[in-house]
Amino acid sequence: MAVVAAEASPFTRSLVRSLEASGYFRVVAQPASEAAAESLMAQGEVQFVLHLPAGFSRSLARGERPVVLVEADASDPAATGNALASLQALNLSALDRDLAGPLAHLRASAPAFELRVHRRYNPEGITAYNIVPGLMGVVLTMTMVMMTALAMTRERERGTMENLLATPVRPFEVMAGKIVPYILIGYVQVVVILVAAKLLFRVPMVGSLALLSAILVLFIAANLAVGFTFSTLARNQLQAMQMTFFFFLPSMLLSGFMFPFRGMPGWAQVVGEFLPLTHFLRIVRGILLKGNGWTDIAFEVAALAAFLLAAGAVALTRYRETLD
Amino acid sequence: MEPAALAIDVEGLTKRFDDKVVVDRFGLQVPRGQIYGFLGPNGSGKTTTIRMLCGLLTPDGGSGTCLGFDILRESASIKRQVGYMTQRFSLYEDLSIAENLEFVGRVYGMADRRRRVDAALGQLGLEKRRGQLAGTLSGGWKQRLALAACLLHDPKLLLLDEPTAGVDPGARREFWEHLHELAHGGMTVLVSKHYMDEAERCHALAYIAYGKLLASGTAQEVVAGANLSTWAIEGEGLAAAAAQLRAAPGADMVVPFGARIHVSGTDAAALAASVARATAPPGLKATPIEPGLEDVFIHLMRSAPEPVSAARQAPG
Repeated sequence: MAVVAAEASPFTRSLVRSLEASGYFRVVAQPASEAAAESLMAQGEVQFVLHLPAGFSRSLARGERPVVLVEADASDPAATGNALASLQALNLSALDRDLAGPLAHLRASAPAFELRVHRRYNPEGITAYNIVPGLMGVVLTMTMVMMTALAMTRERERGTMENLLATPVRPFEVMAGKIVPYILIGYVQVVVILVAAKLLFRVPMVGSLALLSAILVLFIAANLAVGFTFSTLARNQLQAMQMTFFFFLPSMLLSGFMFPFRGMPGWAQVVGEFLPLTHFLRIVRGILLKGNGWTDIAFEVAALAAFLLAAGAVALTRYRETLD
Repeated sequence: MEPAALAIDVEGLTKRFDDKVVVDRFGLQVPRGQIYGFLGPNGSGKTTTIRMLCGLLTPDGGSGTCLGFDILRESASIKRQVGYMTQRFSLYEDLSIAENLEFVGRVYGMADRRRRVDAALGQLGLEKRRGQLAGTLSGGWKQRLALAACLLHDPKLLLLDEPTAGVDPGARREFWEHLHELAHGGMTVLVSKHYMDEAERCHALAYIAYGKLLASGTAQEVVAGANLSTWAIEGEGLAAAAAQLRAAPGADMVVPFGARIHVSGTDAAALAASVARATAPPGLKATPIEPGLEDVFIHLMRSAPEPVSAARQAPG
């Protein structure tokens, strides 16, 4: 949560502290301006922004019921729903201790301030908006990793690998040859999912599809490199299959697809940060729902690129030009 | 012989898998333009040796050249000029005949791929079946296709790993005729196999067992080098005679050959005496014969666990 406070007083501090005490909120930033807060939310750095208006204490004391605005990133309704529900209860009791003496009359009556919640990006809280773009990442992860993992082990099982190795092809050529066709297949899947998202689920597509498709190359290639690495480790197709699931299940569970990322325990979040799907989910949701531009997702793209480089390097060093 | 005339020249090749020595200090010199037979029982290290020659396996020890290229450092150059036909059919079964050849052509980056593929199909007589899936071919046709694929890039050296396993005699004969034509054209061919009956079709032979080279040279040299004398025995009561001979001095091995048994040993005098005793009953007839390659190889294989120096008598 980010707090944009136009004033600092005992009342605002109590309010923030009581929010933190609920367990749903943790103040991670105090941006100086509304614009800075806006970009933090667009980048997914914060899930909530609390706006405290200027003159909050004064109008509170006058019994004018000042308006406190909470903006919530509702692109994942499950991640914000409970927290927003808890806000209403806090509202009633947050300032009880500070409303003493002459202000005590404000305590028992209606809430001393008014809380307004803006659900951003997905105001109706439609879960499909969050799941359908995420599904694109999940489907790509599973099919891409599995296809390459099987493609190479299949060569080995069938005995065609020996023939391939006896020819002058280089490891990089083999890897490129195995990966490029699947990138095209990946794009076909993406188109199917996007068309379904648009026509069947009416998922908003705020951002640039060109940007998304550029990043898709990176994401698909990262998964294919993982598959290729598995295929250099596995001795047969069954092992390759098992490795695929060993990668796929954590991807699905820890990336923020199944459970809200911030709701997971710390260790799970750390593991999640190393999975390409985690970053891709942030990118795809950011672009489709929030209209993220290049600068908003630069970090996630860099993370994907780093993953691709690492996986590609492992795959190439693991690939043997010999049968040793 | 000057080194440039050797297609294969290796010394001391050793390969271990875990702790098991599969090929042990293997040395071989193959002159260009020869068909060199590479014989040995199953699991003797033939395939491993061939794989080391074409750079598919890294030797744990030893050195040498293949077509003048160092087998340790220049395997990329070797691969360009060597045709390697694997023991198992290793083309793509779910590609058609023509597609498989096209693929090989592309991998070698051939400029005149189409012409070569068409020529290869013409030679195979498969123009009409070019669209047929390779996996649906019979064993003999698969072998012909695999050979055509190996030859597509005009290799200077052909390494064939048990090419005639599972192929009928007619196709095998044709295959050997083809190999001789190629050798006549200057190609060097190394053929591994475990059928002895084909050994005579090669210019020279090498025999390997338990990873060790036991003998090499022409068929006559190998036979002469083994210093073996052999008797053929035929007639009534062969089984009893064979049993008696197995225990007799001088008879190192007793091998049934249809209605006859071959008895061989390196100690000619002791063997003659034992054979005379065993063929004493009427109805049995013993004749001294020239030992065949098979007799020699079985003999070599049995004596293989002995030190290499004792078994390696043939001129290299």
